[in-house]
Amino acid sequence: MLVNQFLILGALLFCMGVYGVLTRKNAVMVLLSIELILNSVNINLLAFDRLNGNAEGNVFALFIIAIAAAEVGVGLAMVMLIYRNKKSISLDDLSEMKG
Amino acid sequence: MVLATDIQVAQNIGFAIIALAMIIAGTGVIASRNVVHAALSLVIVMAGAAAQYVLLAAEFVAVTQVLVYIGAVMVLFLFGVMLTRAKLGKDIDLNNKNAAIAAPVALLLFGVLAYVLLEGFSDDKIATTTGDGAQPIDTATISDLIFKPYLLPFWGLSFVLLAAVIGAIVLARKD
Repeated sequence: MLVNQFLILGALLFCMGVYGVLTRKNAVMVLLSIELILNSVNINLLAFDRLNGNAEGNVFALFIIAIAAAEVGVGLAMVMLIYRNKKSISLDDLSEMKG
Repeated sequence: MVLATDIQVAQNIGFAIIALAMIIAGTGVIASRNVVHAALSLVIVMAGAAAQYVLLAAEFVAVTQVLVYIGAVMVLFLFGVMLTRAKLGKDIDLNNKNAAIAAPVALLLFGVLAYVLLEGFSDDKIATTTGDGAQPIDTATISDLIFKPYLLPFWGLSFVLLAAVIGAIVLARKD
């Protein structure tokens, strides 16, 4: 198998995730798109791992999975806090930082 | 002479089917007008990613992906959807007005990435267990790496997880 088929699949998923982050209005959907990005990075890490014949990429992939779990926990807690304060999770309503 | 094991028809067909399912489900994640459908599409993407990890001979990461992502993260997401009372039916108002900018940005990014990858790794093959006799990466190797050279990052990661758990409780609890 070529290494490129995995890398391009990863690139495609990454770009889908970027599109989702940029277009989605619902905060939960933005977090879903971020998960898409993290998965594409994992595919890339393991493909390079296999290309170079070592095992470090697996360790990094496991670290990314753990970080992603922490990120989702904190992210959803923040979304819930925003929902409790504003009764909405639309990111367009969060304009307090606007000067 | 090109042997059948060099082409690896079975692996490539498997890759193509899984990749196609992942791309269709990924389109569902970013295009669905229903939050729950998008979350369930993400399950398909993650399961497909786990299958690709098996193709890349990384069984331990694949099993961890299934346990952590499909098992834990998706449950968190579905709880998040439920507790924030996002509409369970069709929600027309799910996208903002950035789509006209985001689509060219994503397409350009993919174009550049694909060009660079095709230029840089044009014919590089990954070592496989059938053709080249490469061994799959076993769990003992990974644990040797985590608990010897990567012990300090592992500790740091444990503290990050602890801080994230405490932070999530502090953020989400009602006073």
